[in-house]
Amino acid sequence: MGNTDQAVLEKKKPLEEVVKKYPASRENLISILQEVQDAYGYLSRESINGIGRYLNLPASKIYGVATFYNQFKLNAPGKIQIQVCRGTACHVKGSFELLETVKRALGIDVGETTKDGAFSLETVACLGGCSIAPVITANGKFFGRLDKKKVEDLIAKWKQGGVEE
Amino acid sequence: MSGIFIGMGTCGLATGAGKVKTAVEKWAQAHSMKLPITPTGCIGYCQVEPIMDVVTDGGVRVSYSNVTPEVADFILDETLVCKNYKLDGILGQFRGPKSPLPGVPFLDEHPYFKKQVKYVLRNCGVINPESLSDYKAAGGFQGLEKALGMGQQKTADEVLKSGLRGRGGAGFPTGKKWAMALANPSDKKYLICNADEGDPGAFMDRSILEGDVFSVLEGMMIAGFAIGADEGIVYCRAEYPLAIERLIMGIDMLRKEGILGKKVGKSGFQFDIRIKKGAGAFVCGEETALMASVEGRRGMPRPRPPFPAKSGLFGKPTIINNVETLANVSHIMREGAEKFASIGTATSKGTKVFALTGKVKNTGLVEVPMGMTLREVIFDIGGGIPNGKAYKAVQIGGPSGGCIPTEHLDIQIDYETLKTVGAIMGSGGLVVMDEDTCMVDVAHFFLDFITKESCGKCIPCREGTKRLYEIVESIVSPYSKMASEEENLLRFNKIMNMEELAQVIKDTSLCALGQTAPNPVLSTLRFFKKEYEAHIYDRKCPAHQCKGLLKYEIDTNVCTGCTACARKCPTQAIVGERKKAHYIVDEKCVRCGTCADVCRFGAVKVS
Repeated sequence: MGNTDQAVLEKKKPLEEVVKKYPASRENLISILQEVQDAYGYLSRESINGIGRYLNLPASKIYGVATFYNQFKLNAPGKIQIQVCRGTACHVKGSFELLETVKRALGIDVGETTKDGAFSLETVACLGGCSIAPVITANGKFFGRLDKKKVEDLIAKWKQGGVEE
Repeated sequence: MSGIFIGMGTCGLATGAGKVKTAVEKWAQAHSMKLPITPTGCIGYCQVEPIMDVVTDGGVRVSYSNVTPEVADFILDETLVCKNYKLDGILGQFRGPKSPLPGVPFLDEHPYFKKQVKYVLRNCGVINPESLSDYKAAGGFQGLEKALGMGQQKTADEVLKSGLRGRGGAGFPTGKKWAMALANPSDKKYLICNADEGDPGAFMDRSILEGDVFSVLEGMMIAGFAIGADEGIVYCRAEYPLAIERLIMGIDMLRKEGILGKKVGKSGFQFDIRIKKGAGAFVCGEETALMASVEGRRGMPRPRPPFPAKSGLFGKPTIINNVETLANVSHIMREGAEKFASIGTATSKGTKVFALTGKVKNTGLVEVPMGMTLREVIFDIGGGIPNGKAYKAVQIGGPSGGCIPTEHLDIQIDYETLKTVGAIMGSGGLVVMDEDTCMVDVAHFFLDFITKESCGKCIPCREGTKRLYEIVESIVSPYSKMASEEENLLRFNKIMNMEELAQVIKDTSLCALGQTAPNPVLSTLRFFKKEYEAHIYDRKCPAHQCKGLLKYEIDTNVCTGCTACARKCPTQAIVGERKKAHYIVDEKCVRCGTCADVCRFGAVKVS
């Protein structure tokens, strides 16, 4: 964990600043976790301890909440975060194939980050883009009506130079 | 004066609406023309996004589909310069106060829209969702005004009279729910808008929030007034960034206008709304789990009673209504209960929005009156199955629902009729499946989803769905994966108990998630027993979808030895010399299908 905690320290905004947006009450735990993840990209052990001090809650309770919800990441994600939608409509239109293709192209499994820290991959239950299925997102940007070939091309492009055109 | 409307919901943006907007701006600059561009939500015809509307000099709005930046230039040249409106990709002209263009079809006569009744989606894709004055011009906040004039009880009565039932899935009469909360005196009450659209395959709530956010906020205010709440919470999925953005903007604007956060009119009614972002848990669609999540805890349901209307969020009376329900409320209050009740069937009133997706020609959001048949929705509006394939089933109601085969296509869509065929209305996802979809694979997919989303509180759901998943997993596993003959026998033993296990989960789970979890299995078993049997006895997947049961082979008579497949195979499972027939080593093959895709001679056979 040493390295990842270091990464938190390097960021400009200290944790105290980030959590301050919400009053110190249990009710705001999920919002605070979301805010911290937005700021640092994930929830490090250091952040969770810090939130615990702020809310006066044991870290175990916070882990309990953080691991319950799909949104929270406990490991540093890659620079480009790819989400493959595994909703019903996407499944019927071949998102399983798509996922396998992405896995092969990046050489990682779901929930992992590439060694160079460039890509991380996760699946989501539904992105709500069912009408343009199958859908994936890269850093929140939607890409719809995909097939194996298009995904391979997209990833090749991203490997060259980021998601933005 | 002319102007441009561009559909810029999530689906529009994903298909390039942003680039179209830039192209229009450039075109206007080049022609030194003032061309105001209004971004709208989604009109529902997502299949042909991006959609661009051109308002002519005469004030008539004409809609065009599949617009790329190049096409946009062409359309602008033709319509605004040459006054030529009948172009490729035209959807039709809007009906309006201005005299219509001769010879141009009307939008509401387009086959996709003809059978639809736009009640709750009326503003989506039509007005600018970021403009409060546009919403007011469309009749916005008249419903709230009327409610404030009528008083709490009468408002609840009016909604009860309209026959509106919860659009989130269960279909409980909304007015009845409100009356329960109103009858519980308390110093504090909450109104929660459930925008945690977890059902994979449904996206109408996202579309309404993106395209007509004020109708939801107004509905929340009416509901809050009716039950005596002073605080509203929107529990919205974090996966819907644009919807959240619209909510934040809408609430801000209403606060500035003094509609939220201050006393409204003479009634003394004061209401404020805040947003809680969901963190991605399907179970949080369940009322009590949702409230646990709002309180900052793990989203686990609790037994009911006490019902939330009595003791809900922080122990106070709470009403939870779905996005579509609340949007309906605004229109019902403005236009009166009778108009709403005149649409639909005896027990299911009004319209329902369906997300039509999957293997169907026209995907998108469709709003139809209750009582329409599934066949009309899928074949008349949806245009049927693409690529000449045959219809197999439609999955309605998501992971809690069921599939409906051809023989039941003519049933009416309403809460009761759907139950008779083992499905539910749910939130309105309609995923169409064709002959290439394997129903066992669909059951497998849903069980995988449910086992991941089960909160783990009660044993039938936590353990039972896992066991059920294992059984279906064993059905789609090849004989070669069995460690011993004993395991193979056990597989049969388990399969024989599958239905019973499903029934036990159904009967004994704590919340609706568990109680409906076996539905996909039960309903596919009911209508597609033959497919299960093919998997169980023959270890074959008739639709070629279950990877484990597929076998890839190269026809040595057809293979030319071009080595294309061998080079592309990710696991080096293909061997053979150049210019000689190749072979697939079955043990190494991961069944990715790459070889079949790259083979130009059709030599790779799948069985």
